[in-house]
Amino acid sequence: MEMNAWQGFAGGAWQQEINVRDFIQRNYSPYEGDESFLAQATERTKALMKKVQALFALERQFGGVLDIDTATVSSLKTYSPGYIDKEHEIIVGLQTNRPLKRGVNPFGGIRMVRQACEAYGYKLSAKVEEEFRFRTTHNDGVFRAYTDEMRQARRCHVITGLPDAYGRGRIIGDYRRVALYGVDRLIAEKKKDKAKLADGAFDTETIRLDEELYQQIAFLGYLKEMAEMYGYDISRPAENAREAVQWTYFAYLGAIKEQNGAAMSLGRVSTFFDIYMERDIARGILTEEGAQELLDDFVIKLRMARHLRTPEYNELFGGDPMWITEAVGGMGEDGRTLVTKTSFRMLHTLCTLGSSPEPNLTVLWAQALPEGFKKYCAKVSIDTDSIQYENDDLMRPIYGDDYAIACCVSAMKVGKQMQFFGARCNLAKLLLIAVNGGYDTSSDMAIGPQTEVMQGDTLSYDEVMRRMETYMAWLSHLYVNTMNVIHYMHDKYAYEKTQMALHDTNVGRFMAFGVAGLSVVADSLSAIKYAKVHPVRNARGYISDFITEGDFPKYGNDDDRVDLIARDLTHRMITELRKTPAYRNAEHTLSVLTITSNVTYGKNTGATPDGRRNAEPFAPGANPMHNREENGALASLNSVAKIRYDDCRDGISNTFSITPEALGRDRGERADNLVNILNGYFGQMAHHINVNVLSRETLMDAYENPEKYPNLTIRVSGYAVNFNKLSREQQREVISRTFHEAV
Amino acid sequence: MTGRIHSFQSMGTLDGPGVRFVAFLQGCPLRCGCCHNPDTWDAAGGSAYTAEEVISRAERFRAYWGREGGVTLSGGEPLLQKAFAAELFRLCHAKKIHTCLDTSGCFAPESCREVLKNTDRVLLDLKYTAAEQYQKFVGCDMEKPLRFLAYLNENKIPVTLRQVIIPTLNDTEENVLRLRGIAQSHGCVDKIELLPFRKICQTKYDMMGMAFPFAHLPEPDSEKMAALRKCISGYGG
Repeated sequence: MEMNAWQGFAGGAWQQEINVRDFIQRNYSPYEGDESFLAQATERTKALMKKVQALFALERQFGGVLDIDTATVSSLKTYSPGYIDKEHEIIVGLQTNRPLKRGVNPFGGIRMVRQACEAYGYKLSAKVEEEFRFRTTHNDGVFRAYTDEMRQARRCHVITGLPDAYGRGRIIGDYRRVALYGVDRLIAEKKKDKAKLADGAFDTETIRLDEELYQQIAFLGYLKEMAEMYGYDISRPAENAREAVQWTYFAYLGAIKEQNGAAMSLGRVSTFFDIYMERDIARGILTEEGAQELLDDFVIKLRMARHLRTPEYNELFGGDPMWITEAVGGMGEDGRTLVTKTSFRMLHTLCTLGSSPEPNLTVLWAQALPEGFKKYCAKVSIDTDSIQYENDDLMRPIYGDDYAIACCVSAMKVGKQMQFFGARCNLAKLLLIAVNGGYDTSSDMAIGPQTEVMQGDTLSYDEVMRRMETYMAWLSHLYVNTMNVIHYMHDKYAYEKTQMALHDTNVGRFMAFGVAGLSVVADSLSAIKYAKVHPVRNARGYISDFITEGDFPKYGNDDDRVDLIARDLTHRMITELRKTPAYRNAEHTLSVLTITSNVTYGKNTGATPDGRRNAEPFAPGANPMHNREENGALASLNSVAKIRYDDCRDGISNTFSITPEALGRDRGERADNLVNILNGYFGQMAHHINVNVLSRETLMDAYENPEKYPNLTIRVSGYAVNFNKLSREQQREVISRTFHEAV
Repeated sequence: MTGRIHSFQSMGTLDGPGVRFVAFLQGCPLRCGCCHNPDTWDAAGGSAYTAEEVISRAERFRAYWGREGGVTLSGGEPLLQKAFAAELFRLCHAKKIHTCLDTSGCFAPESCREVLKNTDRVLLDLKYTAAEQYQKFVGCDMEKPLRFLAYLNENKIPVTLRQVIIPTLNDTEENVLRLRGIAQSHGCVDKIELLPFRKICQTKYDMMGMAFPFAHLPEPDSEKMAALRKCISGYGG
């Protein structure tokens, strides 16, 4: 069977071992041209998309959730096959038996499922309640082990958004393996790995892995059965482009049926698909229209993926995201570009199907990318606000040329590395706790090392920094330990069987920590250093406000005096985190990324010395605070570019919003200028940028008249959302952000 | 040598080709009714910078300029600080930075020789095409910018002609065709930009406690602008 499926492919190491990268390198065709070859959507695609749009509209009318199956626990084989329009679908498979119907997944925690059902007017069935009555969930396990201090840190929101009640996500299965090898070969390899374990000593780690392999093998079997329900035999390798897309999609579908992780990213499939498409085109069995249609149908399925969430969850991760992140482009280690025609086709789905937040299209930008591709990306960005960019020249030397992005900005080698997601801690709140000697005025509770409130009429920079050091050390230790509890329990009670089956058995692990409020703290420290900050004490003697006298350098103006404070904070943070060992010898990483939680983090944080008022939102990710940039957009980019990727290996997110007029006089010029901006930003080894080209007026109009903009997509911190799916508060925050305008 | 500068824009995309670093120099001898930067008029305002300081700031953005971008001096009126402008452009050229000068051209061109010899492109703001309007709304003889243009032509310095389109004053095809005629008789002009009159500067005038002279005039609509731009086809609209 392999002979047939692999006919026409150049052979190599990939045939003897599971090695998708080697297959790609030996078989792909780099494409250096422009977008003129692309085909438009076929009538079939348009008709199917119309049905999908109607379903989306219905979902909106139902308050964001169309339907919930409250009686079936989501897994690979628990639903009968579902279709949008069986006769006219090329790629099949839905999460449940009906489009947009959400399943329940209580393995992470049943309370959250119960609350989510209730929030949308449903009740979790007695059947599921009964099934889980004697079953330990991930959430149960975590709360058995949490210390009092961990609970306190969680309650006062100095560490928050932790994946302790739902799936952790941020794991990318190498879904391509199913297409290239077929499931039977993958099972055979896993069985070999399992047998080999007995050669060594059976210690705790080995026994754990042994049991995990048992589960991986079992779920590969279920994956086959799931595909059989749809009438496909994925035990064998895919034989043509349609099967390659279908097999890959089945693998992804199995993962999202099994897991409700926060970010369920796709990986890097476009150039892999391209090999099959080019082979079929050469054989005369596929046309350009046909190739686009396959990809369109695949992307339609991805756009329908949903998980059931609570309203509280949506405050942190607004807009119902899945982070079906697909990394497009980049360069190979041998200097050839990894851009293929299917990289274009993938971005082109934003035109054939209209703009959309999912899949989360992420262009891996390199200076050496073909000019035609760069310019096409810029045009699509300008038209759709749906692309994010990450620096391939920065990541390739670390992760090689077959890495992908989980969630927003988390790089990992596909099928070889995974991460333990750790949300983020609130640095701005930590600063306030530090000046108050271990007291959080927002939640009125003592937390951390107890000492006296800072004395005197003016804050001393040296003393504040000394205190920050102490409290960062305390928080880091607590944060790592908390994460260790969470991920131990997740492995124990909600292990990702399908996704880990699509990884090498010996996998590299990251533990991804995060900080929020970086610009607030940098500006606050700058104010303390360069202006005079007078603390204002409340009736109980705690510092609850500040009067800042005089001007001070602000992050976002390419001014080293403050930008280096921001850089130093991230360096100190990761250095402290590394001092406490992470579960399963994971490598500590740090992100500067907030998703939409910058709003709720701000809400839970008192006034800060930079002039930010009590409860005011933070800037998202590594962005400078709103409207503090005085020298234009590039000065702001330069400030962010100074944060070092070596300190923040889990990514540095920056969201850039500009009006079309400020980008240039006409379409062609705007695209050229955007290419130059991206080259300039990434040339300084910056990591990530979201690009929005739109006006504040458009957003204000969409805020008032949502019905006029059903598909308005904007990039927020590390992902894209449908503007209408954000809360009113999140929408207002987006509108208030700095838009770089023409002067 | 120091000059007085109103502000910097790290990402200028409208003042010359490509992505540019724009320094807005302080001080202007004109008092155009449509001016959107009245805060740049006072020659004693702004902050003092040395030419070297400005260049090192600009160079922070070199990575973004690509093949076309560079530095633009605007204002205010950069030629009010001729020696400073000349020094800046000399330093730019020493570092192979493309230079653009945004000026009203209301100066004797010979007096600007030191600036112009290191200028790669001039954005010449020809305010009107009728001498009486020049006199009335700019307070300058129209012969001055035309002499300036003639000098640029002799010295083969590429020129973009710019004009703000102000309803009731110059929003006619006749006017735009006259502008085109001026371009046609000067081979150095390869581009004409028609900029719509905008009143967002009203708040600046209010804050400065000054009357905005053209507050009573309407902004041109986009159809009007599109129609006028048709008259300058071949000059990059």
